[in-house]
Amino acid sequence: MLYNIFIDPFVQMAQMPDLLVQTLWEGLVAGVLYALIALGFVLIFKASGVFNFAQGIMVVFAGLTLVGLYEKLSPSTGQGLGAFLALVLTIGVMFVLAWTIERVVLRPLVNQPDIILFMATFGITFFLIGFGESIFGGSPKKMITEQLLLPTGAIDLNILGGRVIIQKLDIAAAVIAGLMVAGLALFFQYTRIGRALRAVADSHKAALSVGISLNQIWVIVWFTAGIVALVTGIMWGARSDVSFGLSVIALKALPVLILGGFTSVPGAIVGGLIIGIGEKMGEFYWGPLVGGGIESWLAYIIALAFLLFRPQGLFGDKIIERI
Amino acid sequence: MLYREAGQFKTTYEADMAVFPIRQDRIGLGLIILAAFLLPLFSSDFFIGTVMVPFLVFSLAAIGLNLLTGYTGLLSLGTGAFMGVGAYACYKLTIAFPEVNVLIWIVASGFFSAAVGVLFGLPSLRIKGFYLAVATLAAQFVLEWCVVRIPWLYNYSSSGSIDVPTRTLFDIAITGPQATPTTRYLVLLSIVVIFTWIASNIVRGRIGRMWMAIRDMDIAAELMGIRPLQTKLLAFAVSSFYCGVAGAVMMFLWYGGGEAKDAFNINLSFNILFMIIIGGLGALLGAFLGAGLLHLVPIFLKFGLPALGVPIGGETAEHWTHIIIGMLIIFFLIVEPHGLARLWSITKQKLRMWPFPY
Repeated sequence: MLYNIFIDPFVQMAQMPDLLVQTLWEGLVAGVLYALIALGFVLIFKASGVFNFAQGIMVVFAGLTLVGLYEKLSPSTGQGLGAFLALVLTIGVMFVLAWTIERVVLRPLVNQPDIILFMATFGITFFLIGFGESIFGGSPKKMITEQLLLPTGAIDLNILGGRVIIQKLDIAAAVIAGLMVAGLALFFQYTRIGRALRAVADSHKAALSVGISLNQIWVIVWFTAGIVALVTGIMWGARSDVSFGLSVIALKALPVLILGGFTSVPGAIVGGLIIGIGEKMGEFYWGPLVGGGIESWLAYIIALAFLLFRPQGLFGDKIIERI
Repeated sequence: MLYREAGQFKTTYEADMAVFPIRQDRIGLGLIILAAFLLPLFSSDFFIGTVMVPFLVFSLAAIGLNLLTGYTGLLSLGTGAFMGVGAYACYKLTIAFPEVNVLIWIVASGFFSAAVGVLFGLPSLRIKGFYLAVATLAAQFVLEWCVVRIPWLYNYSSSGSIDVPTRTLFDIAITGPQATPTTRYLVLLSIVVIFTWIASNIVRGRIGRMWMAIRDMDIAAELMGIRPLQTKLLAFAVSSFYCGVAGAVMMFLWYGGGEAKDAFNINLSFNILFMIIIGGLGALLGAFLGAGLLHLVPIFLKFGLPALGVPIGGETAEHWTHIIIGMLIIFFLIVEPHGLARLWSITKQKLRMWPFPY
């Protein structure tokens, strides 16, 4: 038994390095997607202190809007143009969504306890599920991968005495995610709005007193999270279909947040990669010992074990409590 | 007019500290309970089976979660799993010892759930808030995995579902296919009334005050001599006990077996959490109000609107249910963030002053 747990998986890894690389790569790709969802959470949590449960459904909603708009537009404008027109319009929709949420939900609820705001995002989730389904229908849709000029197909690599299959799309996803994080970092660091965002994240009161409009910042931050959701929706939709089942997988972003810390953008990325890789490795090498399917909870257990030693996460701010 | 407390003098401390110090409240509650027990005389089996039974099950689970989240301030997303533990424990026990009355096993299954709850409550000493919510999510997914992967739990049946056997009380079938909705409803109602009464006394006493002290500020509570570990674990134990019993009655008195492994999923946990937040955190009444609202609105949209002549199809009804529940949640949070229970107590206060508010 002990041999099966502690030695045999590593022997397998050493014997078949190509399988190891393949598993690692799959974990990495899953991790990138978790990280993207977590990124949306972190952005909103930092700026408004709202734990946004609706991030998962925003991903689905953005994806659905894109595909739905494309289906409406493409007959009259042609495929390539239609796809990009739909993309622009979806960005517009996400802005309207952010503005509406700020206006209708957040503004009346300002200064309420965290759990109330958390609950309000549940309300948003329900609303978006119903709204999205009644407009675009509940059936899964195919993401318009080619029309958005994303690469498809796979690359076979012959390394380490075996074959490793890598989807081109996954590479694109990793690159785009990297670019987006870099872009966000630059935006936060060097622009006027970015500096205001960081100020709000540090202290609402202090930010207000130097003349930063909290309402504007919240619209911007929810809009940014909407863009992140759109990118996530495209990437995830391209791998499988765009459907509402995706919103449950978005819960996986929670252990990612715990690992990385609720307030850290790099933490979300690193946490996502750790969870993604840990999950796939665990499933592949240790899963068969207990009958498989451990992917569904392994991430939470990793996060739980981690919490016992570092409650504030990898990069989170240290929690200091005063009476 | 009727709601006056003038002339009701309290002469002892006990009378002053009573759960319902105002006579009208006691009479009102008595009437409600009486009406609840007499309800089967006036309504159809369909109404009892699809509206009242689930409502009571959700209320019981919501009370359980409210003890943990509302009174102790520990956010839990594992309610569905703890309910599942209760359901499966009750199933295994009543299969293993068929001669013992099933009601005893329904209560006993709560203890199994409490044990699991304590286990997953251990991290609560170090973490709180949303971090704890994720820790309890681990409970949810691990236990969900268990009921799929461990065939012993469902007695190796090929479909993976469990069948509730017929069990009797005074020779009347209360569980299983022979039990009528009315009998199941009456048994369930008795259980819910008793457990609500126990809960209302727990939260008023020493234990409840310890919980509330921990909720309001745990460091200060610790300095005052309240042991955080014991108190938090006790809250987890009692809360999971209630959830376990709720799960057992859900399986035995409502579902009657079938797709057990899908019933206790993450959505159930979320629904119970919505119920107590909408109903009111830290108020037992809130559990009932929240369960009523979130359970009745979908039913109303599904059956009520077509009956009123509004043409609404099955799929559209579902979409509108989502939209309306979403808007209701946001509406109630904006109108009264402390939930329906607070709304009710404000109304009560107004009634006392009426017609001369100052």
